[in-house]
Amino acid sequence: MKSQLLNKPSFNQSLRNSLTMAYRGVLKIRRTPEQLFDVTLQPIIFTLMFTYIFGGAISGNVQNYLPVIIPGILVQTVITTSIVTGVQLREDMDKGVFDRFKSLPIARIAPLAGALLADTIRYTIATVLTFTMGYIMGYRPEGGLGYVVLAGLLVIVSAWAISWIFAFFGVIARTASSVQGISMLVLFPLTFLSNAFVPAETLPNVLQWFVKINPISHLVTAVRELSNSGAIGWDLSASLIGAAIVVVIFAPLTVRAYMRRT
Amino acid sequence: MDNVYRMNSPLANCEWAIEAHGLKKHFGENRAVDGVDLNVRAGTIYGVLGPNGAGKTTTIRMLATLLRADAGSARIFGYDIVKEPHIVRQLIGVTGQYASVDESLSATENLIIFSRLLGLGRTEARNKAAQLLEEFGLSEAAKRPLKNFSGGMRRRLDLAASLIAQPPLIFLDEPTTGLDPRTRNQMWDTIRRLVDTGSTVLLTTQYLQEVDELADRLAVIDYGRVVAEGTVDELKASVGTSSLHLNIENPQQLIVARETVEQILKVKTTVSQDIGKITAPMSNVDAVTNLLIALRQKGIQLDEFSVQKPTLDEVFLTITGENVPQELKDSKQLEGERV
Repeated sequence: MKSQLLNKPSFNQSLRNSLTMAYRGVLKIRRTPEQLFDVTLQPIIFTLMFTYIFGGAISGNVQNYLPVIIPGILVQTVITTSIVTGVQLREDMDKGVFDRFKSLPIARIAPLAGALLADTIRYTIATVLTFTMGYIMGYRPEGGLGYVVLAGLLVIVSAWAISWIFAFFGVIARTASSVQGISMLVLFPLTFLSNAFVPAETLPNVLQWFVKINPISHLVTAVRELSNSGAIGWDLSASLIGAAIVVVIFAPLTVRAYMRRT
Repeated sequence: MDNVYRMNSPLANCEWAIEAHGLKKHFGENRAVDGVDLNVRAGTIYGVLGPNGAGKTTTIRMLATLLRADAGSARIFGYDIVKEPHIVRQLIGVTGQYASVDESLSATENLIIFSRLLGLGRTEARNKAAQLLEEFGLSEAAKRPLKNFSGGMRRRLDLAASLIAQPPLIFLDEPTTGLDPRTRNQMWDTIRRLVDTGSTVLLTTQYLQEVDELADRLAVIDYGRVVAEGTVDELKASVGTSSLHLNIENPQQLIVARETVEQILKVKTTVSQDIGKITAPMSNVDAVTNLLIALRQKGIQLDEFSVQKPTLDEVFLTITGENVPQELKDSKQLEGERV
C-alpha cells in the first residue's frame, strides 16, 4: 500500500506544477498591469533617445544607424527587464503564500520556474514594442518578418536564461532593493561594454578584447544577422549555448538556495 | 496527479499521526525548540499550548517540512519528515499563523491555483474552489481581491486552501489569534467538523479556553520544551479546588512519589516527565501534613513544594513559569465564569 505514495515528483508533475505557477504569474500581471510600465515605456523612450543621440555621430545619420541600434537596444532592454524577475521574486517570497507552496506536494522548482516562465510575457512585450518603434522610425529589416520573429524569440529565450541569474540573487538577497542594486551592477557594464551601441573597432584594445568575449555582444550580433540579413551564424549558436550554460548552472543553484532559505 | 484522493486508505491502520522525538532547532544562540516529544493519535485534536515565543510555530514548521530540525526525528503516519518529505507533504495541510494565501489574487483564483497544483483538473479545480468557498461562507467575496478581506475571512480562506486535498493531518498554527469571538466560534465549529470527517488536527494556541473547547489531549510548551502533557480532563482534574505541586529531588522516585500522593490525597495526579513535577488537586489542606510525613517515611526528598490556586490559568502559568500576557488575562475572565 505504501508504494502508492511517491517520494519524488515525476517529470510530468514538475512540468504541470511549473505551468500552474506560470498561470499564477499571468494572473498577477493581469491584476496589477501597472507592473508592465517598465516594459512598455523603456523600449519607447530608450529607442527614441539612443537613436537620435548616437545616430549622427556613429553612422552618419539615423537611417543608417537603425539596423545597428535596434538589435542592440532590443537586447539591452529585454535583458535589463529580466532583473525585475529577480526583484519581484524576492518580494513574492517574503509573502506568506510561499510557505504554502513549500508545504504542498509539488516539485520544488515549480514556484521559481513558473515565475520565470510568466515573465517571458514581459520580454515579449518589450521585444514587440522595440521592433515596432524601430519600424515607425523607418527601420526595415532585410531579413524579413520570419527572421525578425526568430531574432525576437532568441532574445526572449536568452533573457529567460539570464533571469535565472537574477532569480538566484533574488533568492539569496535579503531585500528586494538589494537585488536591484547587485543586478544593475552586473548588467550595466555587461550591456554597455558590448557592441550594442557602437562598433567594437572604435574602442581601445583592452575594451575591444572584453567586448569580443562578452556574451551580450554575441547575442547582439546574432540578432543583427538574423533581422538584417536573415543569416544564421556562429553567434546564434554561441548565444544559445551560453543561455543553456547559464540555465544549467543557475537553475540548480537557485533551487538549492531556495530550498535552504526557510 | 490523483495523489489527492488516494491517501486516506493506506493510513487506515496507522495509529499515530505524529511521532516526534527530541526535536531541536536553534537560531544562533536562541534555542527555539529544545527537545520536543509529541505523540498524536490519528483522528484526534491535539492542542499545543504555550506563550509567545515558546517554540510552537517552529515545531509545526519542522513537522510540516518547512524547516529542517537540528536534531531529533519525527514521523507523520509513519513517514520520516527528513527522508520522505514529499510523501509527508501529501499527507498534511498547513495553515500558518499569518495567512498563507496570495494577496494579489481573488479567493477563487487562490483556490483554483492550489487545486491545480495538487493535481486536480481544470473543471475539478473550479468545482472544488466553489464548493470550499460555499462551505466557508466566502462565496459572495469570491471574486474580490484579498486586499479587501477582513482577518477572519483571510483565515477562513487559508483554512479552506489547506483542505483541498482532504489531508489526513492538518496543522493549525494559532487559528483564532486576532479573531473576534463570533468568527472564533465559527472557526471552532469548522475544526470540529474536520475531525468528524476523520482528519487529525494539531493546533497551537495561546488560549486555554480554545484547548478546553477543542482538544482531546494537549501539551504545554515553554522555552522550547514540553512541560506538561495529558488529556484536558487530566489537566482539569489536577486543578480541583486548589492544586498541590511537588518537585522531587530524584526523578527515579517519581513513580513511588506519585503513588503516595494519589493514595493519601485520594485523587488523580498529573506528571510532567521532563521536570519531574507532580501536580495534584487538593480540597483538604490538612491532608498535606499526612502526605509530607508519608513522603519522609519513604525517603523521598522534595525539591520544591507549593500549593496553588485553582484556575487553569494558574496551572498553565505555574507550568510555563511566565507572567500573564494580556490576552490570557482577558480569556481568564471568560474562564473564571466556568470554573
